[in-house]
Amino acid sequence: MTLDKSYLEYPRRGYGMDHERYDWSMLSDRKAVQWPDGKTVALWVNVALQYFPLNQKGKPFPPPGGMSTAYPDLRHYTLRDYGNRIGIFRFLKAFDRLGIRPTFAVNARLAERYPYLIERIAERGDEILSHGWDMDTPHYGGLDASEEAAQIGRSLDVLRESTGQTVTGWLSPGKSQSGSTPELLVRHGIEYMCDWINDDMPYTFRTEHGDITAMPLSTELEDRFILMNNLHSESEYADQIIDAFDFLSTEASAEGGRLLALNLHPWLLGQPHRIGQLERALEHILARDCVWTAGASEILKAWLAAQNG
Amino acid sequence: MREDPGLYDYWPYENRPRIRWPNNARVALWVAPNIEFYELDPAVNPHRAAWPKPVPDVHGYATRDYGNRVGHMRMMRVLDKYGVRGSISLSTALCEHHPEIIELCKERNWEFFSHGIYNTRYTYGMDEAQERSMIQDAVDTIHKHTGQQCAGYLAPALTHTEVTMDLFAEAGGLYTCDLFHDDQPTPVHVRSGKKFISVPYSLEMNDTIVYVVNKIEPRRYGEMIKANFDRLYAEGKDNGVVMCVPLHAYQVSHPHRLKAFEEALEYMTGHPDVWVTTGREIAEHYIEHHYDEAVEDIKKRGVRS
Repeated sequence: MTLDKSYLEYPRRGYGMDHERYDWSMLSDRKAVQWPDGKTVALWVNVALQYFPLNQKGKPFPPPGGMSTAYPDLRHYTLRDYGNRIGIFRFLKAFDRLGIRPTFAVNARLAERYPYLIERIAERGDEILSHGWDMDTPHYGGLDASEEAAQIGRSLDVLRESTGQTVTGWLSPGKSQSGSTPELLVRHGIEYMCDWINDDMPYTFRTEHGDITAMPLSTELEDRFILMNNLHSESEYADQIIDAFDFLSTEASAEGGRLLALNLHPWLLGQPHRIGQLERALEHILARDCVWTAGASEILKAWLAAQNG
Repeated sequence: MREDPGLYDYWPYENRPRIRWPNNARVALWVAPNIEFYELDPAVNPHRAAWPKPVPDVHGYATRDYGNRVGHMRMMRVLDKYGVRGSISLSTALCEHHPEIIELCKERNWEFFSHGIYNTRYTYGMDEAQERSMIQDAVDTIHKHTGQQCAGYLAPALTHTEVTMDLFAEAGGLYTCDLFHDDQPTPVHVRSGKKFISVPYSLEMNDTIVYVVNKIEPRRYGEMIKANFDRLYAEGKDNGVVMCVPLHAYQVSHPHRLKAFEEALEYMTGHPDVWVTTGREIAEHYIEHHYDEAVEDIKKRGVRS
């Protein structure tokens, strides 16, 4: 047995990252960030509004939460659809009661199919970002660049048209990207993307067409990850969010502004037995004076100002 | 292929010669942070894919990168607070990529041991010369950047060959973390006949196994560590034992997890008869004071494999 000699060669073994996308830096070494009004923890609640087609192709991999039985998988199709019919309205009620200003990451196909829902979201004035075409249209290494450009273009066209918003944020379905996704996003007027989860704060990401900001939308704290991937209980979900918030608020008091980013799925936490635990976690957070609830673009703007200030 | 790895003999826990740790401690407690570098687009090993998704596997790569960018400093502060020096299982290329982290650990007199070059380069398929060269590269890199002679080994991504232990012992190593057969150090057979041992590392207490494989809740991880410690502390009254908590800053240092670990660490280090130490110090103490006695006892009682 032997491997090709190139297996023991390391062409990128040197200072910093093994790619040119962003600079290596430790969070603790960076300039402290001040959020508006002396707040120390920014709370960014993002709601993923998703469409999972029944005739899922699953190429080259199925989406997280996608169809999983033989066709027709009525079970998962309708469980996901539940979020857009019922769960989202429970979310809205909770957000309004608590004074939370969420963002909504929306699949373009959902915007086309459910104009009522999109109008309802758009009229709130909260920020809407693109969540790609649908959950079965991933971005991945090997996807033809012109096909991907068209995929991004039509996703943004539909969402901009249906919401009347500029739409400058992007969350890839399944947080999956190709090597060209960041370039294509910049070319289509996107200012921040939420797929890279390697930080707790925004950072600058290079593309051939100029910089984009990576906004960290935690997977580890996502409802789908905790409830569906880890199979933890609803109350455990709330405890983990509370522990995360308490930790970040302590760290923020010593090191400058921190960001708690919660990605929520109305098809999961919008269920009657779960919504109360989401509310419990949010109530815990909102009871604290140090919290600034804001959309991603506002947080990005404050972060950029702090970098230049 | 062998039926048995041939690395150690069956040696029952009861009636072993007593291990005495410094100050008659019951438990030698060591914490082993894995400080790793995963490559975005590594060379392909035909025996194992580095990433489940096509390159760039943004999610997998970013998950690991979080540990160096965000998690390391948090974890290090917690270890500082309880007077714990880490024994680092190191992707040695990190000396070149992130020397700032190496400096912080050097300042604290932490131990550096080899966890390969990158955690995306596997030993599977290497011939003996290739594996020897990879091991030597890691040993040399650690020496060059830290001045330390590498004593311990945890194979990169836990990928081995039949001669891994032989080669590491010949490169000057004292101990391996790759075997999970015991709660005490044990002699390991190597072809050179050198005094080479296993120091208990633990997959059961390893945060990545806990969080990723077993999908345990953060607070329960803290409880598991305490329960593991309580039993070893009781047993260690009669015969010294080892407890290791292997960590990854990309797992344990998340905001919803670190507090539970800290509480467990505070609990353990709050006990009087604990030797808070490093892998190397355990290995050196054992080799100096207990190795010969162990070999003798195994010969007398054990089933030579």
